[in-house]
Amino acid sequence: MLDVNNTTRVEMDWSGPERLQMNMGPQHPSAHGVFRAILGLQGETVVDVDAVIGYLHRCHEKLSETLTYAQYPSIASKTDYVAAMTSEFAYVLAAEEIGKFEVPKRAQYLRVIVAELQRIASHLLWLGTWCMDMGGALGGGATIFLYCIREREDILDLFESLVGARLLYGFFQVGGVRYDIPDGWAEQCRSTIDRINSRIDEYEQMLEDNAFFLARTKGVGVVSRELAQDVGISGPLLRGSGINWDLRRAVPYSSYQDFDFRVPVETDGDCYARYRVRMAEFRQAISITRQALDKLPEGPISSRPALKSVAQIRIPKGEAYARVEGPRGEVGTYMISDGSAKPYRMKWRGASFSNLAILPHIIPGHKVADVVAIMGSVDPVFGEVDR
Amino acid sequence: MTADETRAALASTFGVEVASAPMMSVTVSPDRWEELGRFAQESLGCRFFSFLTAVDWKEQGLEVVAQVNNVDDNIALMLKTRLGPGVTTCSSLTPVYRGANWMERECFDMFGIRFENHPDLRRILLEDTWEGHPLLKSYAVDTPHPPYR
Amino acid sequence: MALDPPVPVVPAPIWRNFKDLQEWEQLHKTRPEGDKHSALFESITEGIHSFPGGFVVTTAADAFLNWARKSSVWPVTFGLACCAIEMMATFCSRFDVERLGMVPWASPRHSDLMIVSGTVTIKMAPMLLRIYDQMPDPKWAVSMGSCANSGGPFRHGYHVVKGVDRVIPVDVYVPGCPPPPESLLNGLLLLQDQIAHFKKTGRKAPPNPKVD
Repeated sequence: MLDVNNTTRVEMDWSGPERLQMNMGPQHPSAHGVFRAILGLQGETVVDVDAVIGYLHRCHEKLSETLTYAQYPSIASKTDYVAAMTSEFAYVLAAEEIGKFEVPKRAQYLRVIVAELQRIASHLLWLGTWCMDMGGALGGGATIFLYCIREREDILDLFESLVGARLLYGFFQVGGVRYDIPDGWAEQCRSTIDRINSRIDEYEQMLEDNAFFLARTKGVGVVSRELAQDVGISGPLLRGSGINWDLRRAVPYSSYQDFDFRVPVETDGDCYARYRVRMAEFRQAISITRQALDKLPEGPISSRPALKSVAQIRIPKGEAYARVEGPRGEVGTYMISDGSAKPYRMKWRGASFSNLAILPHIIPGHKVADVVAIMGSVDPVFGEVDR
Repeated sequence: MTADETRAALASTFGVEVASAPMMSVTVSPDRWEELGRFAQESLGCRFFSFLTAVDWKEQGLEVVAQVNNVDDNIALMLKTRLGPGVTTCSSLTPVYRGANWMERECFDMFGIRFENHPDLRRILLEDTWEGHPLLKSYAVDTPHPPYR
Repeated sequence: MALDPPVPVVPAPIWRNFKDLQEWEQLHKTRPEGDKHSALFESITEGIHSFPGGFVVTTAADAFLNWARKSSVWPVTFGLACCAIEMMATFCSRFDVERLGMVPWASPRHSDLMIVSGTVTIKMAPMLLRIYDQMPDPKWAVSMGSCANSGGPFRHGYHVVKGVDRVIPVDVYVPGCPPPPESLLNGLLLLQDQIAHFKKTGRKAPPNPKVD
């Protein structure tokens, strides 16, 4: 208990081998959610990291065994809630692969359009929050953040007029998509992505001319090729480490082979390389969206008949692993069906879970301030980490 | 290395049939699990570790599933092993693939599988004091947990 | 002879005698000698209020204090899940809650409002309670989204708390999955209305039928 008469003095030696345990999170503004990192510090340098996750474990895998194929896609969007479209995508692809469902061409193109728009929206949120985390050095702290949110709102407007929701959509269904694009949507979409395309140049100028930005990102958090594959990080992190692996190119799904796009690869493996990859992905996503809007075929949007009950979709026995390239990397569902209206087992392979597992390997040796920069460049979404 | 060569190499080394549909998968006995992982990484070039999970087949016991990829030649390989009824121990892939660390911790958390030689096997998503392993089929989805309900 | 450089002598932190931070906080919560200042302040207000004609002073003071309080509600930046993204959007360029005097603040010690944005899990609930306890009185809580209201789509999950009101008291519930920023904005305006009807310092008024 409190002893006010305690007059002992301690002599502190700041250079010694003493370790300080510092707790970061679960409520930390730059943790991008509920994440707790227990950092072991020696002076200002981090020597070990213990990551504590699970603060947002919402029993997705267990709930998927109790919800039917018609119900679950809207819950699937809550795993990676920043990129809800690609989460639903992975689920319906797995169900279609087992059930051998035919997806109409128009539905495939609509899926591509929303997935790429979602990639732009997700990367905008990443850019804004990451730059804000790295603080006032970037020209007034929240400047880029507010700009990026402004652009993101434009894309959410597109989604709102398409689906009616801003964040979690329920746009996909097994066999196609649920809504067709309304009149005038394509023109609105074109003008929005044109505007965003011009503003990305502005951001790049703003950031890459900034000496502080370069100092905080170049050479920070380097991931080698071997480590990247061994841990299984994917998406922009993997491509930032010099591995040319993009599921849209390697295992084309949903007519991605029809589009002409480039897979950006950087070889440095540091935060700056990941930033460069994502900035290039912006432009590729915009280009794919334009091509898909141009080539959008006529026809039905879903092969699934109208349902009278939620348990009407039945899928034969079998198993499948479907994966899509989300904004954060490989989002996959490993689904086992037993012939009923619900999956027997579904494993959700969240990209952020594997990406976050890289932190204990790369953070030790960096300063405390770099932890935030590295975490932001990993871009975790905790709905997907904890599922 | 092409898909056919991979299949042939696996069949000759482990003497098991390699399924090709719906995906390339190989099932081995649990005692050769770590050997299979090492063979996939070193000989087949499957260096990219995608995921590891388990399936509860009720009275037939647990099955451990992992997927590895060869990103240079675009080959995806599913590794499987059946632990058998009542068995909850399995050898660990963490010495081979570092990415298996968190995945195996999750598997221990959700299924109660004890991975031998795992450096740090404790619960990852639920608290340390949690009782039961939720993804087992015997665990009800709405099992109450004090004090918040 | 060798000269030793002066070693900085710093006083021992008193809290090192405590087992952990919780025990330290417990001391502050219980206050063995009682909260003298609040009690004194309350007795003075009671005295003025019961003095003939004195109620004019207290009600005027109440009106002034409530106006000040409702115009500077600082929410703690406490994002849990999907709703946190919509909460961020509410604080940002288009919806701009700062015009209502709400500045998102990163420290619970300086905040008045907690927007519980997302699913509260059993692992997170003690942390949430702790953050709520760290906020100084008077404080409010807004439950944002179906998950925080009742568990929402995850209500049947084994790891989900069925409503944040099982952990902390809630003033305003905002429905939706997730609620759009307009919804949250409406909820915050309702909260401001509720604050404007506070009676006396630090005490919560009964719910106002007009706003509920």
